[in-house]
Formats: sequence, structure tokens, C-alpha cells
Amino acid sequence: MNLDLTDSILYVDAVSVSFDGFKALNDLSFVVGRGELRAIIGPNGAGKTTMMDIVTGKTRPDNGMVIFDGSIDLTTRDESAIAALGIGRKFQKPTVFEGQTVEDNLLLAVEGPRSAWSSLFGWRSRVTVDQVLETLSTIRLGDLKHRLAGSLSHGQKQWLEIGMLLAQNPKLLLVDEPVAGMTDAETEETARLLTSIAGEHAVVVVEHDMSFVRALQCKVTCLHEGSVLAEGSIDAVSANDRVIDVYLGR
Amino acid sequence: MITFFIRHFDRTAIGFVTTLLLIAVVVPLLNLAVPESSAFHIPTYLVSLWGKYLAYALLALALDLVWGYCGILSLGHGAFFALGGYAMGMYLMRQIGARGVYADPVLPDFMVFLNWKELPITWYFFDHIGYTLLMIVLVPSVIAFVFGWFAFRSRVTGVYLSIITQSLTYALLLAFFRNDMGFGGNNGLTDFKYIIGFPVQAASTRATLFALTALFLALGFLLARAMVVSRFGQILASIRDAESRTRFLGYRVEHYKVLVFVVSAAMAGIAGALYVPQVGIINPSEFSPSNSIEAVIWVAVGGRGTLVGAAIGAVLVNFAKTWLTGSFPELWLYGLGALFILVTLFLPKGIVGSLAVVVQRMKGGSAA
Repeated sequence: MNLDLTDSILYVDAVSVSFDGFKALNDLSFVVGRGELRAIIGPNGAGKTTMMDIVTGKTRPDNGMVIFDGSIDLTTRDESAIAALGIGRKFQKPTVFEGQTVEDNLLLAVEGPRSAWSSLFGWRSRVTVDQVLETLSTIRLGDLKHRLAGSLSHGQKQWLEIGMLLAQNPKLLLVDEPVAGMTDAETEETARLLTSIAGEHAVVVVEHDMSFVRALQCKVTCLHEGSVLAEGSIDAVSANDRVIDVYLGR
Repeated sequence: MITFFIRHFDRTAIGFVTTLLLIAVVVPLLNLAVPESSAFHIPTYLVSLWGKYLAYALLALALDLVWGYCGILSLGHGAFFALGGYAMGMYLMRQIGARGVYADPVLPDFMVFLNWKELPITWYFFDHIGYTLLMIVLVPSVIAFVFGWFAFRSRVTGVYLSIITQSLTYALLLAFFRNDMGFGGNNGLTDFKYIIGFPVQAASTRATLFALTALFLALGFLLARAMVVSRFGQILASIRDAESRTRFLGYRVEHYKVLVFVVSAAMAGIAGALYVPQVGIINPSEFSPSNSIEAVIWVAVGGRGTLVGAAIGAVLVNFAKTWLTGSFPELWLYGLGALFILVTLFLPKGIVGSLAVVVQRMKGGSAA
């Protein structure tokens, strides 16, 4: 076995997928280590969101391998099965249950039984409640726990959704554009939050905001036309001529 | 269990159940115990008419459970209602026995007329009330399960789902029209005489059926209410509001949808079974898509996602229908259309939903 594979939380190998002849991913390969924080950048249409769709089971690849946690093949499973394995996903547009309170949003996300049967006849344990309180303080929404999620500001919704991922206690978090529409202060706060949760969880962040990516102080992968263009430290990647040509601009 | 009900039943819910229990006793009493000369006497035809409204209310409740709470807009719920109705109709046909026109002890009249010699397998055991009661729940449930399994697993949602529910009821309409299906074809099932040994036409039987319908409406409400206030109901609302978020949190959305769809279909089947002995006939027109759409209008008028509103909407719209079709028959369809447009434009939350908003505002005002 490949050494990379056994150490990895996510192992993507030669994945291709096309929609109506358009190659969204073209022989894409990259590896994320356990507990690693990774930023993914790239121009629009580079395949960032498609990559997340493949990993979370929303889209099936035409060919290639996606291995989770060193041994689990993700390409044959659907979204809820993959979520149950320990992969959480934050959407590009913040998606929370607007008609329910902040606390209820987190209660729905907390790891635990997910079957329809248990939801009808099951009881909620005390552990769950503690976990929700802990998450509330991590995302700093403790004072707003009884507010309807729909009444939160855009940035607060982003945090709530990240909190919902944390409550799932996943091994891997996929976070799509977490700071879109945030103020500078909120962006800084989010960088701190994501850096603090890495280590315990592996975190993959897709983002356009380069100062935010810089603040994450992690390995960066730049995608272009469905495959990896460059990979390395933020300084190395942003000094790469091809990255400058296709993405950053001169 | 008791604390559960105390905690989750607001005044509206308690008032609704109490009212139903009250009319289940009072209406039969005013029909049977009060002499016809008295101003308080309720004639038997009215008892049956109101019983019909309550059966419709149970159908509306079932529809609200899937549409109001899980966002599944079924335009074919009349199918489950009619299937329950047919199951009851088959029992009532077999209760006729040798009292039919052709006096065949086993075969219903229409089969003798079609020159059939043997009872089709589908009609076996329908002379037993226990088997019939089972089928009233089982047939709609199984069809809802199979339909839901394929539709929800293939992630058919929104308008597309509404269209295929419509096709489901239309397909059943065409099937039940055929004589060789063995369900009485065009004419359906009628001329019922006895139910569990009691004459169907008797005032006391009618009053009992009315009381039973009110009782089942109350039970259906309690069941639906218990479901929607549980964690299950919370997840239904999550599916309605953000389906993919729910899926990515690890919930098997299709299981939740199938389960609520099956429970709803069973409730609709029971409603149909209570309806048939009170109106005295079931025929394929009960499967017609327009019936299912009418049921959606009842729910919209009363208030989607309120349960109580759905039931109230069904009763009110049908009161209006009886009155309008009696006084101005040519106006009824225009009235129904106008009602739907007006409610959509000016009362998007329906009657009960809008009242709830007003009450909340008044409470907020007095607190400030």
C-alpha cells in the first residue's frame, strides 16, 4: 500500500468527471493528512465545488478513486452514508434551518442516531445538550441560542453552519467559501476558528479571499481546469508563474 | 406520555379535540333523543352530510401532514381516500348477500349481471369486518410505500412529484373504470344494506357513523400532532426548508418522506372508509384528479401546516360547496377558483395561520 494512503484522511486519485462533454475534473489527485488544514484556491470553474460534490457523494466520478480514512471507498456511497462516516460539508451559500432556533439547529446536527424510528421514539441524552453548549461557545452564538436562525446576520449564519459541522464531530470538514460576505473582523475571527479546530479534525477550505488564505497559514492547493496546478506553502504557490497567469494576475 | 401531551398541546389543540368529542355526543343525541317536532332536532340527512364533512376533514389533515410539514405537495391524495373507500364498499357489498336483486348469496349483483360465476380473489375475505379494517389501512399504505419508495429514492421533488401523484390517481381512475378489474366499473359499488349487521339507512347507524368519524378525526389529529411536535417532526420541517442540508447532516431523507407519506395515506384510507357508508356509494370518480386538487384547496384555505386549519378548511369549503351548488349550481366552480386565488393572495397562511399571527401580535402588544 501507498504510504500516503495509510496516513491520509482523504485520498483523491486520478478523478475525472464530465458534464455534457465539459470536463469539470480532469485526472485530479491530491492527499489530505489526518488533522490537516488545507486551503484550495483556483479560478471559477476550476472544479472546486465539483471536487466537494464528489467527496460528499452528491456526484459520482466517471473514473478515479476517492478513499476516506485510509480504507473507505467513497465513490459507492450516498450523502447520508458519507456524512455518517464523519465528513461534514458547509455549502457556499450558508444553509441553516431558518425556521428553527440556533439551539435546535445544533441539536439536529449533533452526532447520534439518525433513523426515522429513533426520531419518533428516542430520547435525547444529556451528553448531547452539553455538546451543544460547547459548540455554542466555540462559535460564539451562546447569547443567541433562542433566536430563529433565519434572523441571524449573514456572518452569523456562516458560523452557525460551521458549528453544525463541528457538532457532527466529523473527521473531515469541507468548508466552501466560509468568509464570503463577511466583514474584515468576522473574516479574521473565522480564520482563527478554523485554525483552532484543525488538528482535532481535518479541514479543507475552498476560498477566494487570499488574505484569509494567508491567515490560515497552511498548505495551499491551486486547481485549474479540473486538476492541480500547484501545491505548497502560500508563498510558493503565489510565486508560481502559472498560478499568477491563470488566477492571481500580474 | 401524559406529560408529553400536557407539554405539547396548546389551547387550540385541546379546544379542537374537546369540540370534536362534544359534537360526537351532542349531534347524535339531538338526532335520536330529541323529537322531530322540536326546533333542536337534527334530521338524519344532516347528520350524514356533516359526517361526510368530517371524513373530508380527516383527508385534509392527512394531506396537511405531508404538505404542510414535509413540503410534499400531493395532488393525488384522493387516491388513498378512494382506496380506503373501496375496501369498505366491498365489505358493504358482501354484507348485502342474498338480499340483492339477483339474490346470489355470494356474488354482488354487478358480477351476476356480468355473468361471472366465481368471486374474484380480490374479493375474498371481504365478508369479514376484521379483514376489511385491515385492508382499509393496508392497501393505501402499501401503494403509498411502493410509490414513495421509488419517487423519494429517485429524489423526485416539487412540481415533478405533484405531477406523478396526479398521474397515480388518474391511472387508478382509468383502472377502476374497467369492468374486468372487478370493482363495479363505471357504476362503482352502491345499494348498501347492512354494516356489521346494522341497517345502513337507520338513523341510529347514521348517528353512530357520525360519532365514529368525529372520533377518528380526533384520533388522527392526536397522532399527527404527536408526530409533528416530536424530533421526527422537527426533521420533517428541516427537510421541507433545506433538504440537502438535512441530507448532508446524515439523515436519510427518503426514509422520513416514505414514513410520513405512508402514515398520511393510511389516514386518508380511513377517511374514505368512513365516508362511503355515509354517502352510500363509491365509484371511480372519487379517483378523479380534481377531487385531490380540491383537497389541497381546503388545506390552503384553512392554513397549511396547522393541522387544525386543514380540518376547518375542509368543513368550511364543503359547507360553502353544499350551499352554492344548491342555490347557484353554475357558480360553484367559479367560487372555488376565486376562493383559492383570494386565499393565496391575501391569506397565504390560511384562516388559522393568519389568526395565529393576529393573536401573537396582540399578545406582543399587551406585553410591550
